[in-house]
This record gives sequence, structure tokens and C-alpha cells, in this order.
Amino acid sequence: MNFESIFLFVVAGVAIASAILMVTRRNPIMSVLFLIVNFFCLALLYLALNAQFIAIIQILVYAGAIMVLFLFVIMLLNLKDERSRREKPGYTKIIAVALACIVLGELLVSIVVSGTSGLLAASPLAAQLGTVESIGKVMFSEYLLPFEVTSIVLLAAIVGVVVLAKRGSE
Amino acid sequence: MTVASPGVPLNYYLTLGAILFSIGVVGVLTRRNAIIVFMSIELMLNSVNLTLVVFSSYLGNSTGQILVFFVMAVAAAEAAVGLAIIIALFRNKQTVNIDEINIMKW
Amino acid sequence: MYNLAGYIVYLPLVGFLVNGLLGKKLSSEKLSGAIGSGVVGASFVIAAMMFIEMANSRVDERSHIVTVFNWISTGSLSVNVAYQVDQLSILMTLIVTGVGFLIHVYSIGYMRGDPGFWRFFAYLNLFIFMMLNLVLADNFVLMFLGWEGVGLCSYLLIGFWHDRKFDTGGYKAGTATTSDAAKKAFIVNRIGDFGFLIAMFLIFKTFGSLGFEDVFSRAAASITSGNTTIFWITLLLFLGATGKSAQIPLFVWLPDAMAGPTPVSALIHAATMVTAGVYMVARCSVLYALAPETMQIVAVIGICTAVFAATMAVVQNDIKKILAYSTISQLGYMFLGLGVGAFASGIFHVMTHAFFKALLFLGAGAVIHAMHDEQDIRKMGGLEARMPTTYRTFLVAALAIAGLPPLSGFFSKDEILWRAFSQGSVIYWLLGWLCAGLTAFYMFRLVTLAFSGEARWSHDKHPHEVPKVMTIPLVILAVLSIIGGFVGIPQSLGGDNAIERWLEPIFERATVSLTIVNEGSRASEYLAMVLAVAIAVGGIYLARIIYRKRTDIVARLSASFGTVYRVLLNKYYVDEAYDAAIVRPVVKGSERLLWKGFDVGVIDGLVNGLASSMKRLSGLMRRLQVGVAQTYALAFVIGIIVILGILVLK
Repeated sequence: MNFESIFLFVVAGVAIASAILMVTRRNPIMSVLFLIVNFFCLALLYLALNAQFIAIIQILVYAGAIMVLFLFVIMLLNLKDERSRREKPGYTKIIAVALACIVLGELLVSIVVSGTSGLLAASPLAAQLGTVESIGKVMFSEYLLPFEVTSIVLLAAIVGVVVLAKRGSE
Repeated sequence: MTVASPGVPLNYYLTLGAILFSIGVVGVLTRRNAIIVFMSIELMLNSVNLTLVVFSSYLGNSTGQILVFFVMAVAAAEAAVGLAIIIALFRNKQTVNIDEINIMKW
Repeated sequence: MYNLAGYIVYLPLVGFLVNGLLGKKLSSEKLSGAIGSGVVGASFVIAAMMFIEMANSRVDERSHIVTVFNWISTGSLSVNVAYQVDQLSILMTLIVTGVGFLIHVYSIGYMRGDPGFWRFFAYLNLFIFMMLNLVLADNFVLMFLGWEGVGLCSYLLIGFWHDRKFDTGGYKAGTATTSDAAKKAFIVNRIGDFGFLIAMFLIFKTFGSLGFEDVFSRAAASITSGNTTIFWITLLLFLGATGKSAQIPLFVWLPDAMAGPTPVSALIHAATMVTAGVYMVARCSVLYALAPETMQIVAVIGICTAVFAATMAVVQNDIKKILAYSTISQLGYMFLGLGVGAFASGIFHVMTHAFFKALLFLGAGAVIHAMHDEQDIRKMGGLEARMPTTYRTFLVAALAIAGLPPLSGFFSKDEILWRAFSQGSVIYWLLGWLCAGLTAFYMFRLVTLAFSGEARWSHDKHPHEVPKVMTIPLVILAVLSIIGGFVGIPQSLGGDNAIERWLEPIFERATVSLTIVNEGSRASEYLAMVLAVAIAVGGIYLARIIYRKRTDIVARLSASFGTVYRVLLNKYYVDEAYDAAIVRPVVKGSERLLWKGFDVGVIDGLVNGLASSMKRLSGLMRRLQVGVAQTYALAFVIGIIVILGILVLK
């Protein structure tokens, strides 16, 4: 167990903790902040896996843009703390947690069954693969079409947002 | 930075991804605030991203990272549109609690 | 020449199609009438040429079968549309097309001005087509097609003026229309057709074929007399005949069939359709000869019907009803002849009856036409001078049916009575003799009341002679009624009975099987003839006296024999009896069981039940749409769990 592994375990633990906290906070702003912490942890994990480009993108796009957007909306709508449920006190929570546990169980079973336990270390190619240039090379040769289509998706999203958020056409 | 053997086994990363995913499921099913539900969905997407990057790294194939790129782009677009919808909803119903929005009931 | 047989049958079909499809558009009475009569006339000409050729050829070369096409060919059953041209069928064809042609021409005058003129001729042509199929068929199936077809045309033509009120007895009395009469005719006929159909099934099962030649030759070769199957076959066939030829028990439709226009009554219900039963029994003479019990039943029903109907004709007041009962009675005579084994005599009477009965009906039609639809003979009288041609021809027909020599009716009726005595029993002769007297009586009651004496009609009617297009057929039929009997002059009077010799080859297989006990001597034959003429003259004389000079007798008789009179007038309440015993229970049962019970309950219940259970099911299903997104998310997760589970466990 070297320093590397311990560090990664700690980061994973923080990610899980922040996720649980995010899901349970009543104040929406606290939830946002905990999610940002979670994204940072994931970025660190990506770095450890030699996926530099993805890590930076994670911080820039997810933590930087999307979460800020969430914050804007929460503050715009001036949301108060979520009041606790009045009807149906605990049933839904218990059912939800149970179902989630089942999902977790199934996923773990599939992990065990799938026989990937042999992979113990990152592939030696990983270092070159994660750089901007190599990703760029693959992206603009093999995956050029999805790339262009993604731009159209973003265009559609922009148009949609503008239309939806416009005030007073009704 | 290059990693010297032995590294962390693949299954550990996958387990982490599974746990994050199920936490996201709990969030989607339990919370009433629509924005929190959204964030839980983002959490689920991220757990999938993690799994993809892990496989890309351990198998030496860059396809996984390319896919993560696209997932992020789409997630961004989806978050934007979703929040716009929530704003529009808030304007009409003055609430973002999901269980109060049931106009599509039979 | 014989291969033109198809044309005889199909020319009237062409006439039907032309008039039926184009008649309304052409809307020219002259054209419709010309086409309708023309095709029948053409068929008659072809048949006549065929007859001449047949007469000029040798006896064993006279029967031909002309196949038009192969109709049914499945498994062991093979039926052709084929026509058998032999002595019997050519005779029937000549009668049908000849008398039919005259009636078509008459109808041009009678139906003038009627908006359904073209339809009338279309139906008449269709009828001739079906009737020719019946008489010319070479197998039971094609004959049955014609059989049903003439029933259909009878229905169409009886109900031609479908909304007119009509006086029936029994079912719907008082509110009935002509279409009810038409329905009655069709439905009663169906009962008979049921018998025919069952008989056909038995024939196929027993003989393996439905062609006449096959069946008759196999029957003659292999069946012994008195065989049970043959008994049932012949009995069921006869049931069909009682329906079509209005014998007991299925005669009730014929008086009501008088609701149709008079030419229809003349053609269908006097000269041709009602003789289909007689023709059928004669054609199956081989089978009947092998079933002596059935022959007896045929003769008994024949003579009973004859007397039964004659008694009812004596008191009727509607001119057409009298003639209807007279037809039933004369058909009874024909069956009497068939029943005692005198097949040729039965057919002979068919021929002479066609002449004078058609003439009687057409004359009655002329009277009705002139009297502007008055049909009650008590309101007629004094028409002798105003309608001379009609009167004279009518008189000829009446004398013929009464059986006065040397008119045709004398020869044919006499032949039947003589054979009834010599081949049957003296009781047959006695009843037939009494019936002849009744026939003469009621016929001349009709003649006297309608034509003679003072006018008893209301002053707004101006009867006059009918136009030539109607009187010429009357004259032609009158001539035929006079000379028509000469083909059957019996040997006792010096003739050679041409018609019997002509038809002999057809019936020789049958007469061989019959044990004919010819009991009569020449002397008794002469005696019978004299007695027949005597009672006929007596009936005529009695009628003229009572209804001309001493009309008070009528009033006294109906007063003192009140009950009898009422029973006769109400036709022995047969219609009412059928109505109570059969019609009403069937209708009620149908209504309660089949309609309300099965149709509404089961079928509608099934369909509606399906719809309402669908409704309930979807009512349950819609509760899934709660509208809250998280519930849907819950469903997603459950789905994910299931799919993952399947994938993991595989």
C-alpha cells in the first residue's frame, strides 16, 4: 500500500461522503456546494488515471459552469429550505433506499461476475492517451461527426432555453 | 504522472462508481425539490463518467474518454434546458416541489 | 337443332337483364313490353321447331341432353347445367312459353300506365327463365334452382304493388298488405322446399348421383317395390309438391296470392308455377312407381284437396278467389291422376288446364280492369252486352272447365276420372264425379253473377270492352281450349290418344313397375262419360236457375245452413288454425328465445361486455398516471432493477 493508493482511497471516501451529504441537506445551496466538492474529488481521480484533459474539462464545465448555473437559478428563485413531508412520513424514503440498495447489490454482483479482477494496473499506454493532443487526434478523425452533431445539440439547447425562459408570451 | 505497479485494482474504481450511482438514485427518488433531483441526476452521470474513464485508462483505449467528453457536453445542455423549465414552472406555480406539480394526472 | 336448347332458357334471362337494368332509363312501355314479350315468343318459336324435329324423328332418338357448362364438381358430386330435351319437357316448355307469351302480350294492355311497368316485365321474364330451368333440367339440383327461383319470382310479383291493403285470414287479419301475402307464399313454399331438399340428400346418398338419368336407371335396375328409402324420398318430394302446387296441407298461400296483378295470377298461379309439382312427380314417375304407399297418399290428398277446395269456391264472392280455389281443386285432379298411375293423363290435364285457367284469369282481369278494380261479383252483372268478346271467351273457358264435350276439359278430366275408377277405386271416381258437379256449379255461379242479369254496379263505373292487345290473347286461348283436347281423344271414342302415346316412352319404366289392375270395360267407360257430362250439365243448369231467376233460394239456404255457410266462407278457418298452432308460437318463441335471449343476451352481451370490461380495465390502468415525476422515476428504477437482474443472472 503506497502513498498513492492511500491518497486515492481518501479521495474516494471524500467523494462518497460529499455525495451522501449532498443528497440529505435541506438547504439547496449546501447541496450545491457539496456537489462541487464531489466533482473536485472526481477530477482528482481522473488525474490519477492519466486522463488530464477530462479532469480539466470536469472542473471547467461541470464545477465551473453547470454548478454556477444551478446556484444562479437557486438564488434567482429565492428557494427556501425544503419543508419536511407532511403526508406519508417515512415510507417513500425507506422504499427508495431499499431500491437503491438493490441496484447497488446488482451492480456489485455484475462487477464480481464480469471477471475484470485481473486488471491491476493502468495500461502503460494511458499516459499518452489522456493528453489533449491524442484526444484531439482521435476526436477529429474518427469521431468527427458526433463532434459536429454535439454542436448542434448545444445550439438546440440554447434556443430551447431562450424560448423557455422568456417572459410573458402567454 | 506514471504509476508504478502495483496500482489500485480496477474493481475498486468500479465499486466507487456503483456506490455513487446508487446514492444518486436515492436522491432522485427521495427529494422533493426539483433542483436537488437534478443535481442527483448529475451525480449519476458523473459516476458513469468515472466508470468510462477508468476503463479507458486500464484498457489503453481512448474511446472511453471521447465518450466522456460527449456525455459532458450533453449533460451541460440538458442541465441548461432543465433549469429553464424549472424557472418557467416556478413562474406559473410558485413552487419547485415535484409532488405539487401533477397537472398530468389522470 | 337441339343444341339451341340453351337459347330457349337464356333468352328470357336476357329480357330480364335488359328490362331490369335499362327499363327505367328507357321508360318506354312499348319497348319494355316488346322486349319482354319478344324474348318469350322467340323461346316459343325455338321450342316449336325443336318439337317438330322431335316429332319427325324416331321414338328412340327423341331424348337429348344438352350440356351448357359444368356447374359443381367436388368429390363424388358432379352437377352440370344441362338441359334434357325429351317428350315431356318439350311439352311443358311449349306450354310455358306459349301461354307465357300470350300473357306477356296481354300484360302490355293490362299494366298500361303503371309506374313499375318495366319492373313487371323484368320479373315476368325472370320467372319464365326460372320455370324453363325447372322443366328442362336434367338433374335435381338445377330443377331445385328453378323451383326456388319461381318461388322468388312469385314473391316479387305477388307483392308487386307492395303497399296495397289486402284481405287475408289468420295472421295480421285486417291490417295485412300485399307484401304480407307475398311473404306468406314464400314462407309456406319454403316448408315444401325443405322436403324437396331432404329428398335430394336421400337420393344422393342412395344413388350416388343427382342426375335424372342416373337415378332413374339405377332405381329401375336395383330397387324393389316398397323399399323404405324410396318411400321417404317420394314422400318428401311430394311434400315439396304440395307446397308448390297448393295441395293439403300447404295450399293456404294460393288464395292470398291473388293480391298480385291478374296476369301474374294467370301465368304463375294457374298455368305454370303451380304445375311444377305435378311435373316433378311425373318426371320422377320411376321412383313413385316403386313406392305404392306414396302413390296412394298422393291420390288421396289429390282428391281430398279437390273436393275441399271446390266446396270453398262455391261461397266465395271475390272473382279471383273463386278462380284460385278452382285452381287448387283442379290441381287436386292432376295429383289424383298421378296417384293412380295415370301419369300421362295428369300431364294432359296440366296442358288443358293451362289453356282454360289462364283464359279464365285473363278474362277476370279484363272484367276487373273494365270495372276499375272492382272484384266482388255481387257488384257486377249485366256485362254480357258491354264486353262481348270477354264474355264469349270466358264462357268457352267455363264450359271447358266444367267438362263439356267436345271442349278440351272434357277429354282430360274424363281420362283422369276413368283411370281413377279403373286403376284406383270406385270411391276416387265417386268423389271426383261429385267434385266435377261442384266445379260446374261454382263456375257458372260466377259466370251468371258476373256477366248476366241486371247491372248491379254503382253508377260511376263505365265498363266497356278492353283493348285488342288484351282480347286477342283471350281469343287465342279460347281456340286452344276448344281444340286442345283433340290430342287426347281416347280409344273408346275412336281417337288414338296421341298425347299418351307421345309421352309413353317417358313413363314406360314406371308403368312396368306398377301393378295396374285394369278393371274397366268399354261399357263402364261410356257410362262414366255420360254420368260426368250429366252432372256437369246439371250443375250448370242449377247455377243458372238459382242465380238468375230465383235468387231468393240463396238467401234461404244461407240462412238455414248458416253455420255451414260461415265455415265455408271462412275457408274452414284453416288460416286461423295455422296461425294459432304454428305461426304465433314460432313468432313468440323467436322473439323471446332467439331475439331477447340469444341475440340481445348472448351476442350483444358479449360485445358490450367486452367493451365494458375494457373500460373497467383501462379505468384501473389510468391510475398509473399520477402526474408526479418521481413516481415515474420509481418505475424507471424498478425497471432497471429487473433488467439488471436478468442480465446478471444470465
